[in-house]
Amino acid sequence: MPDTRVILILLFLPLLSFLINGLFGRKLPGSLGGLLATATLFVSFLLSLSAAYSYFFGSVGITGAYETLIPFQVTWLQFSESFSINMGILADPISMMMIVVVTFISLMVHVFSLGYMKGEERFATYYSFLSLFTFSMLGLVLSSNIFQTYIFWELVGVSSFLLIGYYYQKPSAVAASKKAFIVTRFADLGFLIGILILSYYGKSFDFVTLTERLVPAASTYSQAAAAAGFLGISALTWALVLIFVGGAGKSAMFPLHIWLPDAMEGPTPVSALIHAATMVVAGVYLVARLFPIFSLACPGALDVVAWTGIISALFAALIACTQTDIKRVLAYSTMSQIGYMMFALGVSGYGAEEGLGYMAAMFHLFTHAMFKALLFLGAGVIIHYVHSNDLKDMGGLRKALPITGATFLIACLAIAGIPPFSGFFSKEEILLSAYNSNYTIYIIALITAGLTAFYMFRLYFSIFWNKPQVSANEHKHEGTLSMLIPLLILAVFAAFSGFIPFSSFVTSDGIPFETHLHLEFSILPVLLSVSGIAIAWRYYKKPSTVPASVSQKTGSLYRTINKKFYIDEIYLFVTKKLVFQLIARPAAWFDKTIVDGMMNTAAAAAQVFSLSISGLQSGKLQHYAYYFIGGAIGLAILFIYSIA
Amino acid sequence: MITSELFSVLKHEFCLLAILLVFLVLKIREREWKNETLIQLMNGLLVLNFIIGWLMNSEGVLFDGMFRNTLLIAFEKNILNFAILIVHLQSTEWMRRHKHLPEFYMLIVSSMLGMFFLLSSANWLMFYLALELSAIPLAALCNFDLEKKASGEAAMKMILSSAFSSCILLFGISLIYGSTGTLDFGEMAGRLSAMPLQILAFIFIFTGFAFKLSVAPFHFWTADVYEGSPVPVTSYLSVISKGTVVFVLSTVFYTVFGSMSGIWYDVLVVSTVITMTIGNLFALRQTNMKRFLAFSSIAQVAYILIGVSAGNEQGMASSIYFVLIYVFSNLGAFAVVSHISAMTGKESISDYNGLYKTNPALSWLLGISLFSLAGIPPTAGFFGKLFLLGAGAGTGNWPLIIFAALNMVVSLYYYLRVIRAVFMEPADSAIPKLTYGISVRLAMLICLGGMLLLGFTTGLYEYILSLSFGLK
Repeated sequence: MPDTRVILILLFLPLLSFLINGLFGRKLPGSLGGLLATATLFVSFLLSLSAAYSYFFGSVGITGAYETLIPFQVTWLQFSESFSINMGILADPISMMMIVVVTFISLMVHVFSLGYMKGEERFATYYSFLSLFTFSMLGLVLSSNIFQTYIFWELVGVSSFLLIGYYYQKPSAVAASKKAFIVTRFADLGFLIGILILSYYGKSFDFVTLTERLVPAASTYSQAAAAAGFLGISALTWALVLIFVGGAGKSAMFPLHIWLPDAMEGPTPVSALIHAATMVVAGVYLVARLFPIFSLACPGALDVVAWTGIISALFAALIACTQTDIKRVLAYSTMSQIGYMMFALGVSGYGAEEGLGYMAAMFHLFTHAMFKALLFLGAGVIIHYVHSNDLKDMGGLRKALPITGATFLIACLAIAGIPPFSGFFSKEEILLSAYNSNYTIYIIALITAGLTAFYMFRLYFSIFWNKPQVSANEHKHEGTLSMLIPLLILAVFAAFSGFIPFSSFVTSDGIPFETHLHLEFSILPVLLSVSGIAIAWRYYKKPSTVPASVSQKTGSLYRTINKKFYIDEIYLFVTKKLVFQLIARPAAWFDKTIVDGMMNTAAAAAQVFSLSISGLQSGKLQHYAYYFIGGAIGLAILFIYSIA
Repeated sequence: MITSELFSVLKHEFCLLAILLVFLVLKIREREWKNETLIQLMNGLLVLNFIIGWLMNSEGVLFDGMFRNTLLIAFEKNILNFAILIVHLQSTEWMRRHKHLPEFYMLIVSSMLGMFFLLSSANWLMFYLALELSAIPLAALCNFDLEKKASGEAAMKMILSSAFSSCILLFGISLIYGSTGTLDFGEMAGRLSAMPLQILAFIFIFTGFAFKLSVAPFHFWTADVYEGSPVPVTSYLSVISKGTVVFVLSTVFYTVFGSMSGIWYDVLVVSTVITMTIGNLFALRQTNMKRFLAFSSIAQVAYILIGVSAGNEQGMASSIYFVLIYVFSNLGAFAVVSHISAMTGKESISDYNGLYKTNPALSWLLGISLFSLAGIPPTAGFFGKLFLLGAGAGTGNWPLIIFAALNMVVSLYYYLRVIRAVFMEPADSAIPKLTYGISVRLAMLICLGGMLLLGFTTGLYEYILSLSFGLK
């Protein structure tokens, strides 16, 4: 059992660093503030390793299962005799795994930023925001109480708002941070209402108690929740679906994903931290946290999760194929991978091998954090080097950025699911669990896997090959050591973390089980990924002699290949014509016009309506008196007649 | 009745009377007092008043059941005492420049006295007298920016509208008196049968409350009066006047009209929906800070109505708790607006562009206050709203709760508009760096502390809840 003090210290150290950097940061000389934040986080990281170690290797033994422990809890607000809001720490496999992931990725980002953000005017402010974010994220994963989760959830929202809007002189950054904040707030509303409904029927906010009361179908609580309903759907389903809406907002699931691409306006390391590895998986974590209730008491809500996940996965993968901004490609790929985790949870059952999807989702969360953070940090180096986000300004950077190139390749192989890189293992298990429960989802997931390999390698080849090689430039450096070391460390994990026997640690019911590789099952997905890579290789790798823009080049490429291979033509037709024109473009259009448009229309309608009634506020007292007496008589008529 | 008992039951009122007398004597003696002296004196008296308010509270009924005091009412009076102290502290700059300070003090304390009697009234006659006592000085106060035309207009609108609303209220009271034959709250409760005449009377009485609370469609005076009045009066109106009426509203609804709860529940729901919509839609379009806060406060009241609609101790406690938090949040915002208005005369939202560059401290206070008003955790405002919605959810009216929660998102939009102006907009002619005295600073710090810490003080809500039991 982990030491309570260790967990409390690792949680509050980032808060301390936030306070120091926030209050005195400007007065600290040079990059001392950043170093201090990095040092405290390093301690936090070591402590979370030790906590996780003592949890995973200390408590199994007695029952053969990892228990859910509450090492620390205080009553924060007593509502009534039996109903209180508590603040506490919950230790179970997923929370222990998450603190390691969060502190590790955050540490890498802290170190990376030492070089990347060097010379920024508000250096200390940046680190104070990073620390605040890390604190909120740790608080979120350690919450023992759904209400406490909500508080930290909002705090995560606020700190990401601050980080996205960090370049506040840029209007686009301000707009993006506002958009992210409002869209996720909108989703959080669902979350809050869901919490209220859930706690109203469960008469508790504690995760453990809620699970105990709502899971057995015979308990009075779950019967009351099943009996009550609205629009023919039971209160429990409403509660879980609404909570999932909150999670979908933070995790950028369709159609609440519209903030994620814009959020790339923040500094690139921030994208690595928030939009790849930590905040966006909060929704997945939330579903996993409530998984027993979802799975055992309300499978209907779990279907919603599964379908939202798979639709987002495919949708985002299609869009990612058409983007030319490196960070946007990565943003959509994040959305797609999170969709993977979501549907894995959605198709999962409960307990032992049945819960393979649950375990696979958590596994993928872990491996994805590693390779996606690596991709974003690599993108940071590239953007630092070429001073542009656009793919057409890149190409042939192999020699100039050797370390970035190699690590980026590893990450791409991992996300594409090529063995033996980490993504292969986690994706394999997700696909297997989908195959076992829902064939349609499995097929869509396979297509997505192929697309993923294609667009990631399109990205890789466009950046590092494609154009004649740019040789190392004496005036330009790949980056400081503090930027390259995180890349190397992450690359090691992106490559090898697949070999962690995850199912021995994280399972839906806490009881470890063994997973086996099914070679014959793996052939198809790997083949698809390889062909995705091959297509990308065919069309994006070749260095062109014409130093024109990328679009022209692909056009000439198209003509050349058109005459050579009939089979290429089909591929091309599928990728260029069918996928680009018929599906991806409309999907992008739908995203821009309909989804964004609906949000804009709602805002505009409120403005128009507000304008049209502003005539009422004329400033004339006699009019006010009319309205007054009109209101009184109106109310009187309404109520006297409704009684009679 | 023993004299000492009389004193302890009427303690809050006696304190205010004493303050009133001090300034009356000062005024009569025809000597010119320096404003600085008067301000310090008033500060001292208000602090003393606030402290005494907490000592030796006792429950009791006086004057043949016309006047009553309970621990809950005493607590509410203490909240108001606290609010008036903050209002006074934060408007030091404005008062320093004013020529007729003793009159200002006498009027504001008289109005306050009216509020206290209103809280303690247990009889419609007393209720009406107290209401007028609180309203008439207020109209005079609105006129206190003597050189400004808008201030005169505000006073005129205030007195005429409140006369109008009093008429209807009085009409309602006489109808209900006619049908029950009593003016006593307790006796009346037993004689109500929800016949149409009584419903009509109830609606008319409700409009009286609605007028004071700026519930739509009885809110039209609000924006004009808030905009024209001097800022201390505006903050008094938005916090103290509203707070009092919320306290009285829940007591009257729960005790006197307890048997008609089915009707007033529906009335509250209808009013909430209309008020929230109107308040939010109008707040979207405002360009003047005071008008903006006026409409935001209209929307805030709608949330209180949801809490009141719960009809139980939780509803009562959550609305009192919210008023307390609202005092901190709204006065925090007003502290900034009031100070900037007093020092530079600037009141429009676009004047606030780039405020962060020149006045970071004021900007943070304004930002946090607006966040608290918008109900964003971890500010106190969030907990206030949460308890209100939680209490309201007890009735099982989920569509209403969802509607309210949706409106919270809309409101976020316009609060963020101001925050964007303050923190992000570039400024062509930003407000210069302002200095502020110790008392303004103190008021601001208290508000800030309240907003940041109140949500996390465990015992407060429970204390209010424990007082609320048995009052239903």
